[in-house]
Amino acid sequence: MAEFKEAPAGAPAAAQVTTWLQNRFPTAFDAYKVHMSEYYAPKNFNFWYFFGSLALLVLVIQIVTGIFLVMHYKPDAAKAFASVEYIMRDVPWGWLVRYMHSTGASAFFIVVYLHMWRGMIYGSYKKPRELIWIFGCAIFLCLMAEAFMGYLLPWGQMSYWGAQVIINLFAAIPFIGPDLSLLIRGDYVVGDATLNRFFAFHVIAVPLVLLGLVVAHLLALHDVGSNNPDGVEIKAKKDPKTGIPLDGVPFHPYHTVHDIVGVSVFLMIFTAIVFFMPEVGGYFLEYNNFIPADPLQTPAHIAPVWYFTPYYSMLRAVTDPMVNVFAVVVALAAVLAVLKGGLAGKWKAAVLVAALVVIAALKIFDAKFWGVVVMGVAVLIMFPLPWLDRSPVKSIRYRPGWNKWLYGIFVLNFFVLGYLGIKPPSDIGTLVSQIGTLFYFGFFLLMPWWSRIGEFKAVPDRVTFHAH
Amino acid sequence: MTDATSGALPGPGIDKDRRTWIAITCGAGAIGGVAVAVPFVSTLAPSERARAAGAPVQVDISGIQPGEKLTVEWRGKPVWILRRTPEQLATLKTLDPLLADPNSERKQYPTPDYARNPHRSIKPEYFVGVGICSHLGCSPSDKLTPGPQPSLPDDWLGGFLCPCHGSTFDVAGRVFKNKPAPDNLEVPPHMYLSDTVLLIGEDKKA
Repeated sequence: MAEFKEAPAGAPAAAQVTTWLQNRFPTAFDAYKVHMSEYYAPKNFNFWYFFGSLALLVLVIQIVTGIFLVMHYKPDAAKAFASVEYIMRDVPWGWLVRYMHSTGASAFFIVVYLHMWRGMIYGSYKKPRELIWIFGCAIFLCLMAEAFMGYLLPWGQMSYWGAQVIINLFAAIPFIGPDLSLLIRGDYVVGDATLNRFFAFHVIAVPLVLLGLVVAHLLALHDVGSNNPDGVEIKAKKDPKTGIPLDGVPFHPYHTVHDIVGVSVFLMIFTAIVFFMPEVGGYFLEYNNFIPADPLQTPAHIAPVWYFTPYYSMLRAVTDPMVNVFAVVVALAAVLAVLKGGLAGKWKAAVLVAALVVIAALKIFDAKFWGVVVMGVAVLIMFPLPWLDRSPVKSIRYRPGWNKWLYGIFVLNFFVLGYLGIKPPSDIGTLVSQIGTLFYFGFFLLMPWWSRIGEFKAVPDRVTFHAH
Repeated sequence: MTDATSGALPGPGIDKDRRTWIAITCGAGAIGGVAVAVPFVSTLAPSERARAAGAPVQVDISGIQPGEKLTVEWRGKPVWILRRTPEQLATLKTLDPLLADPNSERKQYPTPDYARNPHRSIKPEYFVGVGICSHLGCSPSDKLTPGPQPSLPDDWLGGFLCPCHGSTFDVAGRVFKNKPAPDNLEVPPHMYLSDTVLLIGEDKKA
């Protein structure tokens, strides 16, 4: 509890007001110090460090535009499509608000993917920042839910059939699946009940969870401090007199001003898209979604919006032969673990039994179910990344040179999967996406092995920084 | 904070009786919480109105020409009535080795007894099926013209292609092997009220 202070007699009015507020709400003043003026962030942040603040900016854009859209939108299967067109044509400036919201959805994923990529190459998820990473992954999950449910609301053909497909994913779960998908839809087919509840989740439930997670993400970040491109802990070298990290600068004004540059460039691109190409050739807004939902007719080609397509590709890659490949991989992994794992006898037996159970399950349940599992695990596998990575250094700058190639191929593979997910199914496409799926999972599941091998470079004591 | 209040570990100053009561009240609270959750989750289930919808649909099939398909809505789903040509019916016999479940034996979407035959229908000419792919619920597109075309094998004999994940079906709605869809297209309960009037949603058993 802070002491009650009195402003000196004859102090200016501003000082008196400040003192009055400080006495009644000291938390706000402390928070300003902890998170802004006395939060010391590394001075060697580069380009990749813009995307955290940009994600926050896009969140604000989505909330503000969302509030104004809700004022005109009708969550009713009979009226939804027309109400979106009403916003576009009749509401003054409604088209701008709606295009900001639809472009914001794609921008959110671009910014967040780049933000996650930054975390991966600089090892930002490693000790002591595991929890920040986990909160971040949970934010990513919420974002996916938010985007998926928001996409149903315009009630176009892609809204309808996209929701139909994703909800039916849950029906693939053995035993409880059909009842679960019924509970999600609230009807035997996607309909008015589904639209109404998705609206409730999209505008209230998920945003609340999302905001809570963002707060947790930032609080945990400010507790342990930001990582940096060198992966050096700046708190290890402090000024003995002030106790301030030698390589840290106050977040405000240094990084706030720095971030304004990022915000300016971002807004140039963002507004250019909003004004000149809001559909981005059918990638941000799919053409089939300008046709009202028709439960009797699936469009000739349906694909999710671009940000889901890498995962969608992995779902499509799981066919019966692919399940057999999985079974072989599991068997090989078990044999290798028994022969080379250095396990005690009873653990060897446990590994073999577990492998047999998994192989049996692979053969018993449909490929359809395993496709859903693969898609889910592809997202969830991000969570244990801090424990999969056993590298002694954080940043890719000091990892073996070939790691850069590996991470490069990982990104390329993600793009290829994304591209194939947009295209109609084809034999060659399926084969490539099957190889891509195996690479994606291999990258993560073999990380405990490959992240330890090779020649690591010496990590400097202080960050690399050249004043300009 | 003093040592007495920071107690992370139970020390000699801990009143065991109070701990027991705290545990009991927490347990009772949790039960109450679960009990409150039940009605909330229950509201998500299909409403009485949704359950009541889904009456059988009568269709006049006299206007369908050979090779044509009529789509009607039953319980919000597309139901197809395809009048097959003799050539189309002939393709069915040759396909068995390529199909996942040629004799409709799987139980996920049980095929009614009157349709568990090579042509999967009551009358060989008319196929009645729910046009929803058993994979993830898209409605397959008509690919009734034989011959090579995008996303289909070169020796395609005519049938349906699901645009979502590429599952293919023959003109009896039977799914081809090694495709994402595990099951044949569902055959809804149906019966003929007369030669040209079909009732979808009810059969003689009911």
